[in-house]
Amino acid sequence: MPVIQMREALNQAMCEEMERDPDVFLMGEEVAEYDGAYKVSQGMLARFGPMRVVDSPISECGFAGLGVGAAMVGMRPIIEFMTFSFSLVAFDQVVNNAPKVRHMSGGQLNVPIVFRGISGPGQQLGATHSWTVDALYTHVPGLKVVIPSTPYDAKGLLKAAIRDNDPVIFLENESMYGNRGEVPEAEYLIEFGKADIKRAGTDCTVVGWGHTVLTAMAAAEELKKTHGIDVEVLDLRTLRPMDMDSILTSVRKTGYCVTVEEGYPACGVGAEIAAQVQQYALDDLDNSVVRVAALDVPMPYSKPLLQHVVPGVQRVMDAIKHAIYFQG
Amino acid sequence: MTTVAEPAIKAEPTDAELMQWYRQMVLIRQFELRCAQSYQQQKVGGFCHLYVGQEAVAVGSIGAIRKEDYVITAYRDHGHAIARGMDIHPLFAELYGKRTGCSHGKGGSMHFFDAEKNFFGGHAIVGAHIPLAVGLGWAIKYRKQDRVALCYFGDGAINQGSFHEALNLAGLFKLPCIFLVENNEYGMGTHVRRASAVTELKLRTADAYGIPGKDVDGMDTLAMYKMVRSAAEYCRQGNGSIFLEVKTYRYRGHSMSDPQKYRSREEVAEYQKHDPIGRLEKVLHERRLLDDAKTSAIADEIHRMVEAAHEKADADPMPDNDDVWTDIYAQPFGPYR
Repeated sequence: MPVIQMREALNQAMCEEMERDPDVFLMGEEVAEYDGAYKVSQGMLARFGPMRVVDSPISECGFAGLGVGAAMVGMRPIIEFMTFSFSLVAFDQVVNNAPKVRHMSGGQLNVPIVFRGISGPGQQLGATHSWTVDALYTHVPGLKVVIPSTPYDAKGLLKAAIRDNDPVIFLENESMYGNRGEVPEAEYLIEFGKADIKRAGTDCTVVGWGHTVLTAMAAAEELKKTHGIDVEVLDLRTLRPMDMDSILTSVRKTGYCVTVEEGYPACGVGAEIAAQVQQYALDDLDNSVVRVAALDVPMPYSKPLLQHVVPGVQRVMDAIKHAIYFQG
Repeated sequence: MTTVAEPAIKAEPTDAELMQWYRQMVLIRQFELRCAQSYQQQKVGGFCHLYVGQEAVAVGSIGAIRKEDYVITAYRDHGHAIARGMDIHPLFAELYGKRTGCSHGKGGSMHFFDAEKNFFGGHAIVGAHIPLAVGLGWAIKYRKQDRVALCYFGDGAINQGSFHEALNLAGLFKLPCIFLVENNEYGMGTHVRRASAVTELKLRTADAYGIPGKDVDGMDTLAMYKMVRSAAEYCRQGNGSIFLEVKTYRYRGHSMSDPQKYRSREEVAEYQKHDPIGRLEKVLHERRLLDDAKTSAIADEIHRMVEAAHEKADADPMPDNDDVWTDIYAQPFGPYR
């Protein structure tokens, strides 16, 4: 099976869907002639031409809204935000128009649009460029929120997102674009709302999504090696819909639950998971759910400060040990 | 830059079209007056923005485009919905929050939609739908269709960032969009002079976005028709977008809860002398299409129609609580369902 980078997997997903459906187009800043700020759309302009791979001006509200309008008449726009930090300039289009047109039209209109781009703490970019928007968009009925952790998942989930009849927020991570993984040549789609057990284990359930799956995996391997603790890592893949059944199944097996996110703790995705786990699996829990999240501060520039704010492997290991009452 | 020809549409409206528009304008006015009554009777919730005084704008402009063209508007949307041919019963039902409403009681006054009639709302965040109109224009150009997108908004919208971003994109991509500002002089209670650095709105898009601007008397149905016919031709010929400043006036407050302290009764009365329905009546009288007896017969007939639709909607069932879970996703899902 070919081993490719995450950015190539995303590129393949878009290209295959554009070959399949003439209504799919990609629009965003620097996606065409520049080949993409992070080279995700490399070669696509040459392959599909300027009507289908479209450079937009720096005008997020404008081109996000353009996408929603085009989707209302059956087109399938892929709108790339250079980063989701910039989606906040278009917040009204993303949270008010895209997910509410179906509702306010009494179901007369679909809005099959994908908003994609990077989310998460930047590489020392300061507070405004470092938004982890998971919780912001997961909060909104009418949106779907997808966040892959591997090249395989990225391709299958993005293809499914493009074919979906609802607006999809597709969150990528700058530091993961170069990550490699096996991606089959044959076509496949990954269904939304199905979590994936990335590492089976019996001692503690760790729930992650996107980049934190990698952090959780590293913590799990280290704990296995050093203390023989056998962690189960569950990758949510999609935050809305969220596969609560798989979380509960795992927690009922292990008796413990830790959530790991790069967003903020207050009203975060981990808070939502903790509330539901404690509501539906209280009798199976041997401790309260432990949340690991970014510290509750704007993202700092300085490297050691940034590393202190964003949850790393050590913080996840500490949380797991704390959760399972591990002494040592 | 391409210049826009003066309205040079030779095709005058037929007698039948003129009569149809007259009836639509009377229908819009009577619909709105019934809305006002129903609002006072607390049958209508939320905000309710009436179109009384502006009827010539929606009717003359929609009369000038084709069924396959796209129409999108802001929250003062009753007139456009009726001019687009929507039946008034589902409109009343929507206002009354009934399941039989055009949006199943999910949208209300500000969110009328009819996908089959290419009427894409009804949007309540000021200026937020203007980028959507650009998307409609984009889809037309992408699919190489012979269509235009007609987008209405008020003078209050044109200082929003979304307006400027949208017009830049439409100008840049040369999209077939007619941007039509209904300048009724007030954004809620703020006169355009207190809101816009440049009050001659038609001047604001040509130099900035390469979209030529024209103005037209929005109290004159025929002038509206001719201007929009010509604008639509301009778009259909691949010239890009056009911006129309339509001078109009609303007789009623911004919404039903507006005490109108910002303007005088005399000012309102002065505009009412140029009432668009009265002006069209005069034309129809001159063409011997209408006389006093016929005018009153039409008014009576439409009054009965409005009352019947209102009564039917009033008697319709409210939605079930379970209906809150529909019309959100193509396929509903939990966990909170």
